[in-house]
Amino acid sequence: MLGEGLAKGLLTTAKNFVGSYVSRERLVTVQYPEERRPLPEAARSFPFLVYDGDDPVAGLRCVACKICETECPPQCIYIVKDTVKKPDHTGKLQNQPLIFDIDISVCMSCQICVEVCPFDAIKMDVAYEWSTHDRFEGLLLHKEQLSKPNSYYHKIHPTEAAEVDARLAAARAKAAVARAGGAGKPAAPAAVKG
Amino acid sequence: MLEDLPVALKGLLLQALMRFLPAWAEPWISGLLSAAAVVVVFGLLFGIVTVLERKGLGRMQNRYGPNRVGIPLTSVRLAGFGQFLADGIKALTKEDVVPRAADRVVHFLAPVVMVIPALLALAVLPYGRHCVPVDFEAGLLFFFAVGAATELAVFMAGWSSRNKYSLLGAMRGIAQMLSYEVPLVLAVVPVVMAAGSLSLVRIVEAQAAVGNWTGWFIATPWGLAGFLLFLAAALAEANRSPFDLPEGESEIVAGYFIEYSGFKFALFFLGEYLGLFAALGLAITLFLGGWQAPVGSLAWMPSWFWFFAKLLVLIGVAIWVRGSWPRLRVDQLMGLAWKFLLPLTLVNLVSAVLWRFVPGPALAWLVCGGLTLAAYVGLARGLATAGGWGPRTYRFAE
Repeated sequence: MLGEGLAKGLLTTAKNFVGSYVSRERLVTVQYPEERRPLPEAARSFPFLVYDGDDPVAGLRCVACKICETECPPQCIYIVKDTVKKPDHTGKLQNQPLIFDIDISVCMSCQICVEVCPFDAIKMDVAYEWSTHDRFEGLLLHKEQLSKPNSYYHKIHPTEAAEVDARLAAARAKAAVARAGGAGKPAAPAAVKG
Repeated sequence: MLEDLPVALKGLLLQALMRFLPAWAEPWISGLLSAAAVVVVFGLLFGIVTVLERKGLGRMQNRYGPNRVGIPLTSVRLAGFGQFLADGIKALTKEDVVPRAADRVVHFLAPVVMVIPALLALAVLPYGRHCVPVDFEAGLLFFFAVGAATELAVFMAGWSSRNKYSLLGAMRGIAQMLSYEVPLVLAVVPVVMAAGSLSLVRIVEAQAAVGNWTGWFIATPWGLAGFLLFLAAALAEANRSPFDLPEGESEIVAGYFIEYSGFKFALFFLGEYLGLFAALGLAITLFLGGWQAPVGSLAWMPSWFWFFAKLLVLIGVAIWVRGSWPRLRVDQLMGLAWKFLLPLTLVNLVSAVLWRFVPGPALAWLVCGGLTLAAYVGLARGLATAGGWGPRTYRFAE
């Protein structure tokens, strides 16, 4: 019958109209700056550098091996190796970056740097509010801005961070066994440090 | 006191102005004040309705709609009702682009021609007991005469822009408006027969005999059918959804005003809404008792309040319809006008005649209502089978 569908359509919109005032669950949008949707765990925006402990310089996992810089498809990472070395989380002396820059106006969030990093030092962040008045300096992130604690990593990607921690703990245990077994070998880098 | 507020205000203003002006200017100033009142009131209503419409459509789609803009530099948000001022300022500051190939004069005149007839049509409506800007003896005729000028504006805009989409939109607009003018006017004829006058003031008075809503023409079978037919044709006449083919965003981008920007675009928008207000205002005047209160005990409220309350309700219906129904195809649009609305208005005319001569309200309701209903069912059935208006089966879409 002509008009049946029209009445059905009117009823649907009327239900929505009244329902959206009665129950907040119906509303599909959020009032953005005041409220934000929780991000899914696999969300990712741009890379950041993880450090252990409280000191962003001493705890930085990055050893400036430059694998990420080489692999980065849009070439948005720039690393300069420091001449001074520091011990990593297993106690072994490693290089550290003097400069570590990521141009997030170039970065395409592909996560390849994360995949290739052998030290679990670079991970994907979830921060997305990067709008700035200065599109050059404002979007070029330096080492100080990129370094974030492991606890932050745990907060944004709990499952993934737990896996990484387990892996690193295993590596540390292996290193400790090796140190206990052959006393001569780990002593050598300590001498260099001195 | 409240009842005469508009009239008293105008009188005060006129007195104040006449202190500085010669005596011969009085009728001119009086007319100008009435015109200014129409422009200001309906301009403001236009602004508020744009916000209401966006909020209403949003709610129908389970969204909030605009709720941010309030008073600048404060945190007062006014539930978003400052939006139309911000939009207006934006439209004023935008660049006014005229295509190089356009006919500049006609291109400039089209938005003006769009707004003026709508304002003229609004001028003859009785807004309250003492609140009629212009009381013509044949106000209804005047209304339809100036209302038809909108078609001219649509075609001027479409033709002068030299754009294929504009022209398509204008052609659709002309075809639609000319076709729907016929059922629109025919739906009104029973009212003229019943009231015995073309004067809109007289028509409202003819509905005042009982003193409550049962005296309105909508409380008769031909009035109810006529009101619905008039509403359908008026929505088409005002280019409103579901008859917004001349604009058809998904097909022809913006139709006849695609080449307009800035304030000219806003004027088209304004003209369209004023046209809608005028058409709905006429529907109120003809079928819903004009400025009369629905119940006698509420008659202490000012008459113009009732007019605008009814207008807002009908605007709400128009927004509701816009949020609910999809746009028609061009052939469906023409079919609806000529094969469905036109026969129904003619049947409605007969029904109005029968109402006059059948004795007893119960029998009259049965005869007239039955006739209209039978015509509706018959037409719908016939068109569903023979006219191909029934549910369609899609070979590959399921």
